[in-house]
Amino acid sequence: MLMRFVSVAVALLAAPLLPGLINKTKSAFAGRKGPPVLQLYFDLAKLLKKGAVYSPVTTWIFRAGPVVSLASYLIASLFVPFGGDSFLSFSGDVIAFAYLLGLARFFTVLAALDTGSSFEGMGASREVTFSILAEPTIFILFIVLARISGSLSLSHMVTPEQVLMNPSTVGLLLLIVFSLFVVCLAENSRIPVDDPATHLELTMIHEVMVLDHSGPDLAFILYGASLKLFLMVSLLAHLLFPIRAANSAQGWLLFGILVAIVTISIGIVESAMARLRMVRIPRLLIAACMIAIFAMIIGLR
Amino acid sequence: MEHVTQLLLILVILANLFVLGSHPLGACIRAVALQGIALGLLPLFLHAEERSVHLVFLSIGMIGLKGFLLPGLLFRAIRDAALRKEQEPLIGFNTALVLGAGLIGLGFAIAAKLPLPPGTAASIVVPVALATVMMGLLVIVTRGKILSQALGYIMLENGIFTFGLILVKGLPGLIETGVLLDIFAGVFIMGTVIEHINREFGSISAYKLSNLKE
Repeated sequence: MLMRFVSVAVALLAAPLLPGLINKTKSAFAGRKGPPVLQLYFDLAKLLKKGAVYSPVTTWIFRAGPVVSLASYLIASLFVPFGGDSFLSFSGDVIAFAYLLGLARFFTVLAALDTGSSFEGMGASREVTFSILAEPTIFILFIVLARISGSLSLSHMVTPEQVLMNPSTVGLLLLIVFSLFVVCLAENSRIPVDDPATHLELTMIHEVMVLDHSGPDLAFILYGASLKLFLMVSLLAHLLFPIRAANSAQGWLLFGILVAIVTISIGIVESAMARLRMVRIPRLLIAACMIAIFAMIIGLR
Repeated sequence: MEHVTQLLLILVILANLFVLGSHPLGACIRAVALQGIALGLLPLFLHAEERSVHLVFLSIGMIGLKGFLLPGLLFRAIRDAALRKEQEPLIGFNTALVLGAGLIGLGFAIAAKLPLPPGTAASIVVPVALATVMMGLLVIVTRGKILSQALGYIMLENGIFTFGLILVKGLPGLIETGVLLDIFAGVFIMGTVIEHINREFGSISAYKLSNLKE
């Protein structure tokens, strides 16, 4: 029990490292020195010290948004195994996991609409439009994983050791990883879909919804976003190497290395690609969804 | 060997999906070239226990023709006719992708019903072959440019080749050489004719080729 608690606590503390690592990779590609890896920790500390400003037209929904979404991410992180066993696990917890992510998105969108700003409404509309394509993909991938691992609990689904017994599922796992990687880029508003580095640009999605939040609220949102990235990256890290290590120290070391690899590859994708045009984004997500369906067809056979 | 076979077949399907969903013609040609190379490697791994001169010859012919010669011809046709590198799809790319996934499902459904020789039923060779044939047909009927249609034709033939692979032991080399030569002649003629069509009509859209004249 203590080990599980430690692994969740370390994960929650380490989450803000990922955006720093991505930025460092991008800077290295551009030949710059870049902000320190710990930059997000400094930002969070600064924001937590400030006071929040609330517009008089907003209601309690605007204040509840960041709190509810951060709480959902925190609870969702209990279901994810970070190199060992997950903190909580029951049959069917994948549905809870997916809906917690959905709840967080729902409240972020509501808070954006609550400000009454047309700009934020536009961002909210885009966020919901793209999630229509991203969420079915996640569910299809969960169906395939449940099938090949024979379990409905997230911590067993992402480490399907049966794959190694059956050579014909290795290609399947590659399809799943590719599809989940695209969804991860879209869900965390990384570059081919959204540009996390810009403000006040007409094509952005996530940044536009949080323009009116300030102080601790913004800190919650930034931390929540890094936690969401960490959750999806850890699912990818487990799927890349679906074997449980012999003891927890080895497991954590391996997990840390894999998370770093996935994060750096996100940074490489961001450095190598330009953001897609808005009308092309659905096609990318549909392609990811069709690849997931292909995986499902092979997996259910 | 099972791993490699499956990876190659998955690559074939991914190339199909890529052609269905992507806009630039050059990228589509490269994807089909990659598909040809993957298919060229397939016989070596599918029949790993009995590699013969026949198989190696087939492999080299397939890779050389589908991986390098035909794409080269198509690229030359683009350059000669100074084409704009875009396609004129009859249906949108998103719809084409969704239809493509539907065709994959259909391929698997049909393959489950077919009376297949023993030992091939568990493998995904037959469903992938059927899906590739149908996706090639989809490209032919939904893309207006003659060049895209040539691409669909190559995809279609790739599917037939995949299907033939399960019977490769009983198939004489002469027939395979003949089929490969037919494809080569077909695409070669298309490649050279495209320039003339372009000069004559000022476009290579198949929609403008609706009536015959002396």
